[in-house]
Amino acid sequence: MIVVDDIHKHFGGFHAVDGASLSIKPGSITGLIGPNGAGKTTLFNVIAGVLKPTSGRVTMNGEDITGLPPHTLFHKGLLRTFQIAHEFSSMTCRENLMMVPGNQSGETLWNTWFGRKRIADEERALRAKADEVLEFLTVEHLADHKAGQISGGQKKLLELGRTMMVDAKIVFLDEVGAGVNRTLLNTIGDAILRLNQERNYTFVVIEHDMDFIGKICDPVICMAEGKVLAEGTLDEIKANEHVIEAYLGTGLKNKEQVGA
Amino acid sequence: MDLLNAFVALSNFVLIPAIAYGSQLALGALGVTLIYGILRFSNFAHGDTMAFGTMVTILFTWLFQSWGISLGPVPTALLALPFGILGCMALLLFTDRVVYKFYREQKAKPVILVIVSLGVMFIMNGLVRFIIGPDDQRFADGERFIVSVRTFKDMTGLEEGLAIKTTQGITVITAVIVVAALFWFLNRTRTGKSMRAYSDNEDLALLSGINPERVVMITWMIVAALATVAGVLYGLDKSFKPFTYFQLLLPIFASAIVGGLGSPLGAIAGGFTIAFSEVMVTYAWKKVAGYALPESLAPDGLAQLLSTDYKFAVSFVILLIVLLFRPTGLFAGKSV
Repeated sequence: MIVVDDIHKHFGGFHAVDGASLSIKPGSITGLIGPNGAGKTTLFNVIAGVLKPTSGRVTMNGEDITGLPPHTLFHKGLLRTFQIAHEFSSMTCRENLMMVPGNQSGETLWNTWFGRKRIADEERALRAKADEVLEFLTVEHLADHKAGQISGGQKKLLELGRTMMVDAKIVFLDEVGAGVNRTLLNTIGDAILRLNQERNYTFVVIEHDMDFIGKICDPVICMAEGKVLAEGTLDEIKANEHVIEAYLGTGLKNKEQVGA
Repeated sequence: MDLLNAFVALSNFVLIPAIAYGSQLALGALGVTLIYGILRFSNFAHGDTMAFGTMVTILFTWLFQSWGISLGPVPTALLALPFGILGCMALLLFTDRVVYKFYREQKAKPVILVIVSLGVMFIMNGLVRFIIGPDDQRFADGERFIVSVRTFKDMTGLEEGLAIKTTQGITVITAVIVVAALFWFLNRTRTGKSMRAYSDNEDLALLSGINPERVVMITWMIVAALATVAGVLYGLDKSFKPFTYFQLLLPIFASAIVGGLGSPLGAIAGGFTIAFSEVMVTYAWKKVAGYALPESLAPDGLAQLLSTDYKFAVSFVILLIVLLFRPTGLFAGKSV
């Protein structure tokens, strides 16, 4: 579905992504792992249109989407979340969600003054949907809280909720578990699995928590130094010599041998 | 001691002019603050944007006057105002297309955009002088006073007179309507919310399917309307001279910064703070003090703290104090 072909992204002399190629199968939850500085987030930014690649191509269902602006990709169903949760801090959680779908009729100046009824109908539908999403994520009590005031983990949930407001096809989650406690992480993991199974979302997940990756992701892709090192199930990745060398290190190898 | 007369004199020379001037500054500062909040730079061309919008309005006013169209007691300029706004919108959208868009796509730093706006300012400056000339233009017509000194004296029998100019009344009423419409727009409409969202978190707004070009376009259109309204009101109240509008930049920026850049509510509070300080510091208090104080304490001199020539120094000092002690402004906008 998404094919990344030999992407290079250079910042001056620094090669953040150095010829990464991978493909993401529809309906999968692909894990993207790698040491810090492996170029995972940069690759995300290139795919999501935030950064233009130095060279290389990204295609979605055969269509070239390289370097399209984020809001265009958004309308094609490609969404991403951020490593550090972003939110519209001065709006409530419900309003945050209601902001998401683009091309609303209230966005033109004409309709603002002369299309009041249409806007009102649309807003009502959106409101219902936002409430449904909050309920799905089990945070309906936060609907009227300012998004700037909720906890970091709840912001991550809100980010996930944002993807549910539209008919997302593929969602890129950047370190969805960073700074989130176990219980909330499980909630997030469950939500991802349910979205994948019930609504056929495709996910790509950057994550450092191997338990979390092992629980929800198949396949797993490992990156290091801007290149793709290996692809397979988590166990295959863990057994891969290159990966152990570049990333997991001897510590984990020993741990495995001890059988912990 | 005669407190009633003192209050009338105070209203006549301080309160009413300051409220009118404050409304004009607030409208100007709203434009600056919107650009800062959404496009993320300080627009030095704002004073000359106001001058351009006002110039177009004046040209249409003259046209209507030559056709014999008038609004009776209300200035003809109000009829020409919508055309001025449209002209100003056209200019700003054109400027954005040929100048700012390029830098936006480069993701240029705000400081570069500030210098770019300085260049735009010089061009607009020249354009206005080229079309209408550098001289003073008076374009207020219709009734001059809502309440004149004579009628007030006859009505109340007081020694001191009170005059309310038509332009002052119009200024305050228009400002209230415009501000109410703007706040309704920003808080209640989807477009306004997209603008707030874009101002709050640009990256996220893009990933929420908000089209940045549309937000930018609507911002410029609103700014054009605000600038033209502010400029025309100021011009009606005082007179139109391109250089004065350029000079207005300082009190307008001071208002926006005092209130907190990026905060619309702050821009209004800032506008009135600056206006009241300016008028109060440069007013000769002799008359008011003469009424309010016992005869033995009445001042011999003018009791004027600062000559009106130095009125811009007042905004400057307030600006300095705010930047030193509360850099985010009264309403905690973005720090400068």
